[in-house]
Amino acid sequence: MSIRVGKAAKAPAFPIAAHKALENNQLRANVRRATTTIRNKRALRVEEMPDWEALRSAGAAIKQHTLAHLDHYLEEFVANCERAGGKVHWARDADEANSIAINLIRTYAPKDSTTPVEVIKVKTMTSDEIQMNHALEAAGITPIETDLADMIVQLGHDEPSHIVVPALHKNRTEIRDIFRASMNKPELTDQPEDLTSAARKYLRERFLRTKIAVSGANFAIADTGTVCVVESEGNGRMCLTLPEVLITLVGIEKVIPSFGDLEVYLQTLPRSATGERMNPYNSLWTGVTPGDGPQHFHVILLDNGRTKLLEDEMERETLQCIRCAACLNACPVYRETGGHAYGSIYSGPIGAILSPQLQSLEHSRSLPYASTLCGACYEVCPVKINIPEVLIHLRGRVVREDQKTLKGKLGVENIAMQAAATIFRNERRYEASQRLARIGQLAFERKGMLTNLPGMAGGWTATRDLKPIPSHSFRDWWKSRKKKGASN
Amino acid sequence: MWLIPSECEPRAVRFGIQPDRSSGYFLRRPTPLRIALFVACYNDTLFPQTGVAVTELLERLGHTVEFPLAQTCCGQMHYNTGYHGEAVPLVRRFVELFRDAETVCVPSASCVAMMREHYELIARNEDDPALLAEVQALLPRVFEFSELLTKKLKVTDVGAHFPHSVTYHPSCHSLRMLNIREEPLTLLRAVDGLNLIELPNREQCCGFGGTFAVKNMDVSTAMLAEKKACVIETKAEVVTSLDNSCLMQIYGGLHRDGSNVRTVHIAEILNSVKGLAGGNA
Repeated sequence: MSIRVGKAAKAPAFPIAAHKALENNQLRANVRRATTTIRNKRALRVEEMPDWEALRSAGAAIKQHTLAHLDHYLEEFVANCERAGGKVHWARDADEANSIAINLIRTYAPKDSTTPVEVIKVKTMTSDEIQMNHALEAAGITPIETDLADMIVQLGHDEPSHIVVPALHKNRTEIRDIFRASMNKPELTDQPEDLTSAARKYLRERFLRTKIAVSGANFAIADTGTVCVVESEGNGRMCLTLPEVLITLVGIEKVIPSFGDLEVYLQTLPRSATGERMNPYNSLWTGVTPGDGPQHFHVILLDNGRTKLLEDEMERETLQCIRCAACLNACPVYRETGGHAYGSIYSGPIGAILSPQLQSLEHSRSLPYASTLCGACYEVCPVKINIPEVLIHLRGRVVREDQKTLKGKLGVENIAMQAAATIFRNERRYEASQRLARIGQLAFERKGMLTNLPGMAGGWTATRDLKPIPSHSFRDWWKSRKKKGASN
Repeated sequence: MWLIPSECEPRAVRFGIQPDRSSGYFLRRPTPLRIALFVACYNDTLFPQTGVAVTELLERLGHTVEFPLAQTCCGQMHYNTGYHGEAVPLVRRFVELFRDAETVCVPSASCVAMMREHYELIARNEDDPALLAEVQALLPRVFEFSELLTKKLKVTDVGAHFPHSVTYHPSCHSLRMLNIREEPLTLLRAVDGLNLIELPNREQCCGFGGTFAVKNMDVSTAMLAEKKACVIETKAEVVTSLDNSCLMQIYGGLHRDGSNVRTVHIAEILNSVKGLAGGNA
């Protein structure tokens, strides 16, 4: 069994990827503008709620309860979904989920081999997690993304950079260029009306001719077997109602106990995600209804590393996420780098804790460090995931794994940290090292300032000055004052 | 209690008498407290003037300050960087040194956040109920400096004089972990001659983040650039904060750019008194 999250296993370390992202001024301007807009809209919609904190607590409590009894609620969901005419499949990892999807598509696809098999897809970030599009293409199936932003990303041969707004890093001129190239419309302008009408025409043709759809889900409701997708465009509604066959890929953590629990999330999710009071389209369906909507409905329940997180109470908290991306919009690190630097389809603070836990720390060991621990993510999280705490927990795991190897033990950072720990454990050693640092810095002092330090400290002075350590510490002042006081 | 006319107030303050404007010109000497100072290792070494200001101000307000010399570091750098085992002895050290203290003052919101957010968890992970009990008993007596003034000592006007334009950067840990929002602003507004200018987008992180500043140097610098631009926009002479760590980052960037904006810890502003030594304005 191999757990993978998109292409994250092969991604460069965060500082390296971030360095590259920071050189792209257009991308940074786009990300800043978009996140600031969403952030401000969210703040307005949250401030008007008298019971926001209670909703956050309820949202967290429901998820905590569900995750503690996940086996029970999953079985309940399966029973109720199948009773209503759906068929549920279990997938342990990406490969299993992809092969289930491919087999289903082949079963239902028209049997004449002259036309290529197409599927329309919507709202399924989880399919990016398992790289379903690559698997489908390898099997001769053409996936067509129909969420506007996902479509832009697909047509631009790009990667999503945001959980809710995947093409957030593109401005409309860049989108126009993508459409011009891929839709053969050299005269297209960058006016929003023109861009949307081009997208609409392109998508409608595909909605009408495609018989099989793949979707994701925001919630899977155990007591009714209902699946819920929320969206803003209506393209999702098209995908969920027009085709004959619907395959819905659901991460196992998306299950909630009862229909009534939706009340909480349908308030917190839209306000957190897009700053809307409610989503323009809330699609809910239960199994199959004769003569109405898809007549074949399949659910693929995906694990892909999730059950591993259930064992540890703190790691389990990560699975509370409802993918609103408020933490991305609030994050001052994401704001500078955009999503691609995280090397995973899950970017920003939640990505920094989700990707390393789902696959393995070894592949994304720099991600837990991609944060100043400023806490802006925790402050906005509608299900109260204490992301800074989880980041620190994961940093602990990175360090402990490092210290098991000789290379890690002899690493500059570990040696410096061990030395500092030894110094801090004894006040005489601490005072001696204060004196030593004062002497050591003399070699680097220029015009009363430290501007070019060696080693790790060089990372500081590359872009910032540092005042030299003063000749007397506070404790020196304290001691001399006591002495004076005693002699008086 | 003394009956002192209000025009004598500034003088009275210098002699450690706290003005109580709510009760006319009656001035009340506060109940003197014994305050143990945990200055924080980086303040001790890099910003001794902050510790001096805290000591002098608290003494002027009529309290006794103690400084246990065996103190070193709260363990935050190790803990936040993932060196959890290495942080444990430092947590124990802090608890042992301060467990008998009446009141503990820490002029670093970040260190207080470390204690309040993580000390209990560390004790639990160590499976040490005795340590946990001591942590729980000690923490309610630990105050960040501005908290100590406003919440424990209930003063807002400390009789300071600082004739400069000042902007306040709320450090992330003070804001989001300690929930200190209005307290420092109230203290600064009461300072004679101080022109407080609001920092645009003030709640955004300055990019310091401890070892983040070197591990993710490029992102840290990009975040700093935004903070610097906001500071420059205010045209303030001085940036202040509850944390010298943020100020070190902000100063480092501003100085590299050739700016002459100064960074001054809030304690040093509050300890600046007209015509008296100790004010470094």
